[in-house]
Amino acid sequence: MSDLAASSYVRQDLVAERPAPVKTTGFLGFVRTRLLNSPTNILLTILGLLLVWYTVIPTVKFLLVDAVWSGKDRTACLAENVGRPVGACWPFIQAKFTQLFYGFYPEAERWRVNVTFALGTVLLLPLLIPRLPGKGLNAGLFFFAFPAVAFFLLHGGGITGFGVSWVAGLLQLFADSISGAGEGLVGLSKNSVAGPLLWAVGSAIVQVGTLLHWVIFPLTWLRDQMLGAGLGPWPDVLITAVVVSVGLFLLGGGARAGSRPLLVSLATFAGIAVVIKLMELDHGGLPIVDTRLWGGLLVTLVIAITGIVASLPIGIALALGRRSTIPLIRFFSITYIEFWRGVPLITVLFFATYMLPLFLPGNFTVDGLMRALIGVSLFTGAYQAENLRGGLAAVPRGQGEAASALGLSWWKTTSLIVLPQALRHVIPAIVNSFISLFKDTSLVSIVALFDLLGSLRASFADPVWTSPSTAFTGFAFIGIIYFIFCFGMSRYSLFVERRLNAHRRN
Amino acid sequence: MGVEARKPPLQFALKLRRALGGKAGWNGVAVQLVFGTILAWMAYEIISNARTNLETQHIAAGFGFLQNSASFDVNQTLIPYSGSDTYFRVFLVGVLNTLLVSVVGIFFATVIGFVVALCRLSPNWLVSRVGGLYVEAIRNLPLLFQILFWYLAVLAALPAPRQSISIFNTVFLNNRGVIVPSPLAQPGFVPFLVVLTLGIVASLALHSYARRALFAEGRAIRIWPYVLTLIIGLPLVTTLVFGMPITFEWPQLKGFNFAGGARIIPEFVALTVGLSTYTAAFIAEIVRAGILSVHKGQMEAGSSLGLSRGATLRLIVVPQAMRVIVPPLTNQYLNLTKNSSLAVAIGYPDLVSVFAGTSLSQTGQAIEIIAMTMGVYLLTSLITSAVMSIYGWRLNRSLGA
Repeated sequence: MSDLAASSYVRQDLVAERPAPVKTTGFLGFVRTRLLNSPTNILLTILGLLLVWYTVIPTVKFLLVDAVWSGKDRTACLAENVGRPVGACWPFIQAKFTQLFYGFYPEAERWRVNVTFALGTVLLLPLLIPRLPGKGLNAGLFFFAFPAVAFFLLHGGGITGFGVSWVAGLLQLFADSISGAGEGLVGLSKNSVAGPLLWAVGSAIVQVGTLLHWVIFPLTWLRDQMLGAGLGPWPDVLITAVVVSVGLFLLGGGARAGSRPLLVSLATFAGIAVVIKLMELDHGGLPIVDTRLWGGLLVTLVIAITGIVASLPIGIALALGRRSTIPLIRFFSITYIEFWRGVPLITVLFFATYMLPLFLPGNFTVDGLMRALIGVSLFTGAYQAENLRGGLAAVPRGQGEAASALGLSWWKTTSLIVLPQALRHVIPAIVNSFISLFKDTSLVSIVALFDLLGSLRASFADPVWTSPSTAFTGFAFIGIIYFIFCFGMSRYSLFVERRLNAHRRN
Repeated sequence: MGVEARKPPLQFALKLRRALGGKAGWNGVAVQLVFGTILAWMAYEIISNARTNLETQHIAAGFGFLQNSASFDVNQTLIPYSGSDTYFRVFLVGVLNTLLVSVVGIFFATVIGFVVALCRLSPNWLVSRVGGLYVEAIRNLPLLFQILFWYLAVLAALPAPRQSISIFNTVFLNNRGVIVPSPLAQPGFVPFLVVLTLGIVASLALHSYARRALFAEGRAIRIWPYVLTLIIGLPLVTTLVFGMPITFEWPQLKGFNFAGGARIIPEFVALTVGLSTYTAAFIAEIVRAGILSVHKGQMEAGSSLGLSRGATLRLIVVPQAMRVIVPPLTNQYLNLTKNSSLAVAIGYPDLVSVFAGTSLSQTGQAIEIIAMTMGVYLLTSLITSAVMSIYGWRLNRSLGA
């Protein structure tokens, strides 16, 4: 047996312990695997460290360590007075703070801006939190009630009439324009080859205009009576409320559909009446603040929010138009979208500032902010249409077909089945276009409006604060503001996107 | 007696209805009529208002003003221009300046964008974080903000010419711009250029021949020695025969300013830096998304075939990524071109600045000038989208085949 034991090898001693494997967890492991695992990576790490050293450190030093925190004018921010290298000149921001936020909005009226911002925030926050209930009411308040209230808060002024008067005025303008066009044609017919034809067409159009004047006469008469009664807009509000509510009730299927639409409509008008009473719109409202006095963050937010709110209906109409099979409507939508998407926003703003006033009747003036708002809305509407087209394409065809099979009309199919689903899909895209609109509002400073960036540029011109670090301080400050807004919104958009795609995650 | 089959409806009437009113039929026709009437009415209102307003402002409509003398100076022109030239020449100067800044901006944006994308994809934690920081910071700040920052803060803070920051004594930075050596063409320039062009064309032909040989017969041809000879060797020989093609005039400080060299105006520098760094952040994200869109298995399949990492990237990953990258990349190039109109904010003489800005305020011909300006940008984007749809069509065809 010993023979066997000798031939087979049996290890007599323990194998020496091997060193522990290189750690791949913890801080050291992280440094080893992600920073220093190869010569190239070591080099890259060194380069990265150098980059950080030469950018981040000086920035922090400029903003905090070397900064001047108090002072009355430029002398506080000059290196020879301070006796050390001077970083950010924060007193400059303190001095220009109100200008950067409100522009030249009168100091006594600034509470109105604050109230508007507070109101907007209160309405917007619950809209952004998906878990909270009452999205329909909330969206209605934010997209319809808030813009109107904000207008009367920020701009001021009151109303003399309401629905009936506005409709009467609009129809009258329309009828006047038709009569004017007819008379123009008749005038042309005198020295033209196709004279008789032009004369006939022109006279026909004049007749149509006259007929329209007669048709709307009861409305204009009613308006004049109400204006003369001296009761302010109240009779008009009452008549509009009754007409609209009854109309909705009857169109909605009368008593068969229940009293809910009627109650909703009456509640809406009651709300409008409360707002009119509270803000005393019937007595001229708040003092008017000219938009030329607006500025800073106020203008930036007004343009961005109005742009996004106004561009949604334009975008929805164009997106539906682009999907339509009716040739003229599809052609118009495609042309509109491609045109506005093909030109830079600056040319659009130039168009709105210099060309739009030429297109409007001479007695019809639009102030600078309003022009920019129109331009921005037309422009953003085209982009919004493309976003919505993506959303509409994401709704399965079966949804629309099922609705048609149930006997719903095109309008009902679209507004009750397809659009709600499409809109849910495009929330991230809408937030993203809001971000780019928010950034693009800075362009209005080129057409002599003072938004956040424009106000900053204007404040550089102040000789009281000219110092080598003024420009850097100003850019740093408003850069932080822009960054907070845009970064926050982009994170929100990512959050919504993840939520919408939750079912696809594995 | 059986029931007779019903006759099919008249196809012609159906087709006509479909063509005139879409799916909605005659209702669609009615809708179109109403819509068309509203459009016509709006057009009439616009035209008649514009005519009245122009009459009250005493402005003659039409493009006749293009022949008038512009009588203002432009501080950077690619074609000869003086104050006595016409507005049409101003228009051309503006278009060329827009093109110049766009091309230069696109070049730098692409380079920076690809570098940042590679940084973000790097396995090195620090480098990928730095790349991410760059993208987030740049994308969340308005472009105009960045351009004004470069122009009003950084470039304005540079020293006066006498204290210029010099880079190897060839390039000088100061608050009046960047002074660079200016190239002067010598007699040998034309032959050099001709030979270089020929070399490039021959190399391209060689490349396509080698590809065809590879795909058709499986024959791998090594072409790089020939390409090297054609592109570097031949021009070198030409230089030896004809002399240097280009000499440089070096800038020198004389008194308070520089003599010699060429000055790049600070507006151009600020605009190019702003546009290219801004667009680069977007390009970086596009490139990153494109490379990540290629499935990991492709890389693994490449290495299991025995290809090296570089060859796998070059032959397998990049071609597939390019398919995803090219359309949005073109879109970014177009955006950069449109964004170059921000030049008007800092006074770089681009199309919007000299034509829709100065010329408009001098002549008051708002409709004509803005229509022409918008037309240029619209034409650019229409041509680009046409090219892109041809690209997409070819891609689909090649994938389908």
